[in-house]
Amino acid sequence: MSDSAKVTDTLLPDLPPPANSTGVIGWMRMHLFSSPVNALLTLFTLYILYILLVPSISWALINADWVGDNRDACTSGGACWVFIYNRFDQFMYGFYPEMERWRIDLTFGMLAVLVIWLMVPNLPKKGLVSVLTLVVYPIIAYFLLYGGSFGLEVVETHKWGGMSLTLILAIVGIVAALPFGVLLALGRRSEMPIVKSFCVVYIEFWRGVPLITVLFMASVMLPLFLPGEVDFDKLLRAMIGIVMFQSAYMAEVVRGGLQAIPKGQYEAAQALGLNYWKMMGLIVLPQALKLMIPGIVNTFIALFKDTSLVLIIGLFDILAIVQAGLSDPNWLGFSVEGYTFVALMFWVFCYGMSKYSQHLEKRFHTGHGAR
Amino acid sequence: MSMTHQVEDKLMVEMRGVNKWYGQFHVLKDVNLEVKKGERIVICGPSGSGKSTTIRCINRLEEHQKGDIIVDGTTLNNDLKNIETIRREVGMVFQHFNLFPHLTVLENCALAPIWVRKTPREEAEEIAMKYLRRVKIEEQALKYPGQLSGGQQQRVAIARSLCMNPQVMLFDEPTSALDPEMIKEVLDVMVELAEEGMTMLCVTHEMGFAKTVADRVIFMDKGQIIEENEPHEFFNNPQSERTKAFLSQILNH
Repeated sequence: MSDSAKVTDTLLPDLPPPANSTGVIGWMRMHLFSSPVNALLTLFTLYILYILLVPSISWALINADWVGDNRDACTSGGACWVFIYNRFDQFMYGFYPEMERWRIDLTFGMLAVLVIWLMVPNLPKKGLVSVLTLVVYPIIAYFLLYGGSFGLEVVETHKWGGMSLTLILAIVGIVAALPFGVLLALGRRSEMPIVKSFCVVYIEFWRGVPLITVLFMASVMLPLFLPGEVDFDKLLRAMIGIVMFQSAYMAEVVRGGLQAIPKGQYEAAQALGLNYWKMMGLIVLPQALKLMIPGIVNTFIALFKDTSLVLIIGLFDILAIVQAGLSDPNWLGFSVEGYTFVALMFWVFCYGMSKYSQHLEKRFHTGHGAR
Repeated sequence: MSMTHQVEDKLMVEMRGVNKWYGQFHVLKDVNLEVKKGERIVICGPSGSGKSTTIRCINRLEEHQKGDIIVDGTTLNNDLKNIETIRREVGMVFQHFNLFPHLTVLENCALAPIWVRKTPREEAEEIAMKYLRRVKIEEQALKYPGQLSGGQQQRVAIARSLCMNPQVMLFDEPTSALDPEMIKEVLDVMVELAEEGMTMLCVTHEMGFAKTVADRVIFMDKGQIIEENEPHEFFNNPQSERTKAFLSQILNH
């Protein structure tokens, strides 16, 4: 053997990492106090948090008043949640008749059960439950909320309002915009010129118009063009406007996802004899939708918050109804509490969606991406 | 040296005067090719010579603009029915495997039998397991493609094609994307398949495979078939200057 040759037959054992790089102390040393500048920044940030959080918490929680009948109950100097407490039912149900509010509770209760069933892994009969949720449930929900049959009193949609209206608009928008968006995206990538140009024109038109304009058009302009006897509901018009608007956005998110799927996936599917719809439904869309989860949820969240724009056409969603409550002479001056409450309601739902999307991304991760 | 096996007179693939253009670029020039049932053809040639395009025309991954392609009696034209019929009978293995990463190995294999052949799921999974055993990878059936090595993935891709019980198999550079130590495991599967009498068209640079397995070797350059011969003659006594130049490049390095 020459002098430059090196050889070893002993395998080195695996050793634990050095103690000061693990654990809480190790983590803090690495991330918070790694240099004098970092240590200063850490202390400064802690100070800022302290001067912001302490007064907020004491205003919102410690010095706050929670229950009472009128503004005189607010004596502690902090937040006056009495305002929210007194009007909570209205904020949730709008002007829906008090005797009939169980119908809203039942509608959303059923939805919650169905959605939780679909979200929890390992529960059986997912296929059946999805059909129930997407086909049977909307019909039941319509008859429950609107009434008019099965001995239920009709509740006109102008009486709907509050958080329940916000949720109805958001859920209808989300559930309808996704399939339309997928179809539009597929159409835009189609090789058939008529389909393609229709989709391009549709998407570019709706994306170029602000949602407020769409809602104004739906509520003010549309009735002018329709013959007098055709009168369809203002809420329905708003819903259609929101769905058409959001599906254009969704289409572009989906198209982005479709572009990320390598050509080889299409070719393998075709070579196996799958036709266009099977190729899309079994191979391309499942992979693309997985990539699109952050974008889709982003659009959902934006949609959820955009529903508050319906206040300009006179529908009382949660924001509008809180605002209306603020102008009540008995409760003047509680706008901070009111808007904080609205913000919190929106935040809870949006954060929930965001968290669930992160969970989905982890669940669908199957090793490496597409090749 | 070819292995002894049955070549029937029945034509499986027939290409007559096939021409194709990418825009102004003439990629296939009058390609004529007849493949009998049970025949093993190896197509070689420099990159860009149109060899992949040729076999990709056979199952309409590429569209030819002139000439006729007939596969197992079905003429390939714009009729979707004919295209689907041909694709059911023609299996294809790709350079980059193209397994479906969101499905397990077993689901990858059972997918086409279930959705194209309408085989009941359980039966389709049995078929899938049978072919996974044949490529010696049944213990990985429940893993996802991303968890396998390149050679394993390519063997799964071969099994996936076989599950459709194809009459012809097309191989588009099946070993070009593999690490050297994995080439053999894939070639072994292909040799075995050849021994069982599968009609095969392979685009490959594995000249050892061509020598042992092929009935005919086809050399393509600039979109044309330059030379076509049985392997012994092809390698020991090439006729065209271009074939000689190509062989000297790939054999003496």
